[in-house]
Amino acid sequence: MSAAKSRLRVVLVDDHAMFRTGVRAELERGDGVEVVAEAEDVDTAVAAITEHRPDVVLLDVHMPGGGGLEVLRRLQQLGSQTTFLALSVSDAAEDVIGVIRAGARGYVTKNISGPELIDALGRVAGGDAVFSPRLAGFVLDAFAGTIEIAQVDEDLDRLTEREREVMRLIARGYAYKEVAKELFISIKTVETHVSSVLRKLQLSSRHELTRWANDRRLI
Amino acid sequence: MLAVRAAFVVATFFNLAGIIAYLILWRLLPLAEPALPAGLESASRRGLRSGRGRIGPIEVMQTVAVCAIGVGVLILLQATGRGISGSLLLPVLVGLLGVAVIWRQLDDVAWQRWMRQTSGWAFTARIAAGLVMVALASAFVLTQERGLSGVVDVASATGIALVGIALILGPWITKLLSDLTAERRERVRSQERADVAAHLHDSVLQTLALLQKNADDPAAVATLARRQERDLRAWLYGDEADHGDSLLAALRTAAAEVEEAHHVTVEVVGVGDATLDSDVAALARAAREAMVNAAKHAQVGRVDVYAECDGRTAEVFVRDRGVGFDPGQVADDRLGLRGSIVGRVERHGGTVTIRSAPGEGTEVRMSLPLNSSQEAPA
Repeated sequence: MSAAKSRLRVVLVDDHAMFRTGVRAELERGDGVEVVAEAEDVDTAVAAITEHRPDVVLLDVHMPGGGGLEVLRRLQQLGSQTTFLALSVSDAAEDVIGVIRAGARGYVTKNISGPELIDALGRVAGGDAVFSPRLAGFVLDAFAGTIEIAQVDEDLDRLTEREREVMRLIARGYAYKEVAKELFISIKTVETHVSSVLRKLQLSSRHELTRWANDRRLI
Repeated sequence: MLAVRAAFVVATFFNLAGIIAYLILWRLLPLAEPALPAGLESASRRGLRSGRGRIGPIEVMQTVAVCAIGVGVLILLQATGRGISGSLLLPVLVGLLGVAVIWRQLDDVAWQRWMRQTSGWAFTARIAAGLVMVALASAFVLTQERGLSGVVDVASATGIALVGIALILGPWITKLLSDLTAERRERVRSQERADVAAHLHDSVLQTLALLQKNADDPAAVATLARRQERDLRAWLYGDEADHGDSLLAALRTAAAEVEEAHHVTVEVVGVGDATLDSDVAALARAAREAMVNAAKHAQVGRVDVYAECDGRTAEVFVRDRGVGFDPGQVADDRLGLRGSIVGRVERHGGTVTIRSAPGEGTEVRMSLPLNSSQEAPA
């Protein structure tokens, strides 16, 4: 996927300057990624993203002004189509799922290695979802007690058996191509399943999103 | 919650006591704020997270439904002629609705500003409104004919008078109450600060000292940093704070020990959890053994552990992408695999499958049926 783009333009949003410097250095070590702007809170992030129109925004979950969720909300109101990859040190399931549900196409933790991060950026830029084992675990947890959710919202249907299988394998530490081999399906099909899980998480209405997250406390 | 709402609506038939009680309780009870782990609470306070909405769709639906039933019964009562006299019902309903709307609209801050003042125009207006209400109520009682039908009217008048008095005395009462709460909160907060300081001293400072001592040993530094990260994360985000005796807690502890002893990263992901009875404890020990095996023999830096409990079965997968081996070639005297993993789980009624091939990594899958009494805490 990453080969399709010559050079990925990335905006880095995080409130810790030291961390931004580190990530920037790692990302620019190769020549596949260009960090076009950095931002440290919600306002500067929205401004930088609107100005630079990057391919991918690397978005911290917690930051001043309402967190990553607020950035996603504001840009959605502006009608932006930017792709987001959530990046966080916090493992609070409810925040991570919240950001995913608001439109981020994946979630990685801050201890991810440089090459892995570049690979993840390329994948979300190419339209795929990046599910780490931890995120897959959160997602399975979120869908575990789905009865109430299914009643409230038709969109947020249960996961299909296949989607659950894919999620479980990812949670078990399988890479996409290992999942494909295990289930005798193509990598493309795995990606389709993951994207479909992502879609089920992301309801159309923004209001339903917060309410849903609220109801479920955990998420 | 549904029962509470229904109770309020039923109580409303007795001289609207339900509505009044609801308004009073709504005012006096503090908003329920779910207790959060330290890190999240601090992030919320500093505005690093997004705010949450107030009520969910289910709650709204329930309230609307219950109110609709209430209104229906009210109409029915009126139709049979046993309700409140018609001339009174409409004004009272409209009045209460108005009051409810105004109260509901005021957020806490506005309410505080309005109710706390003991001088200025807000104060005067409030006193005036209170006096008018008391006067109205008195006039109401005085001009009414005494008689059986008067009972309802007298009760309504008393209600109005009470509201009036509450408006006059409200600020002092709320001030007293909130002062008490604030003081208690401050005391709790200072204790918490002491706890934080103690925790930082015990964990982070010690680790930093160790890191400086071991600065020339990268493996030791990585392990120390990793252990400190895990510790701080658990403390800040409550990863395992809640389940003391659970499968996940046991697996995380095991993972931490293995990480430390063998300098590998062990990532534990869990869905659902199970209480640690003797069977589940055996499963956890077997999983630990599998982690040790992976750490020792796989020759890779990372082991993935996944545990899933759905209330009927507990499953644990321990996986590495290491050198792998041929399961058929394992000598019978290799105690780790046969005895500590397979045998242990099977003795407790579970099954173990080992998948491995040279160069393809290893996965140990353990599955254990749970006792029927086991629930799956989310």
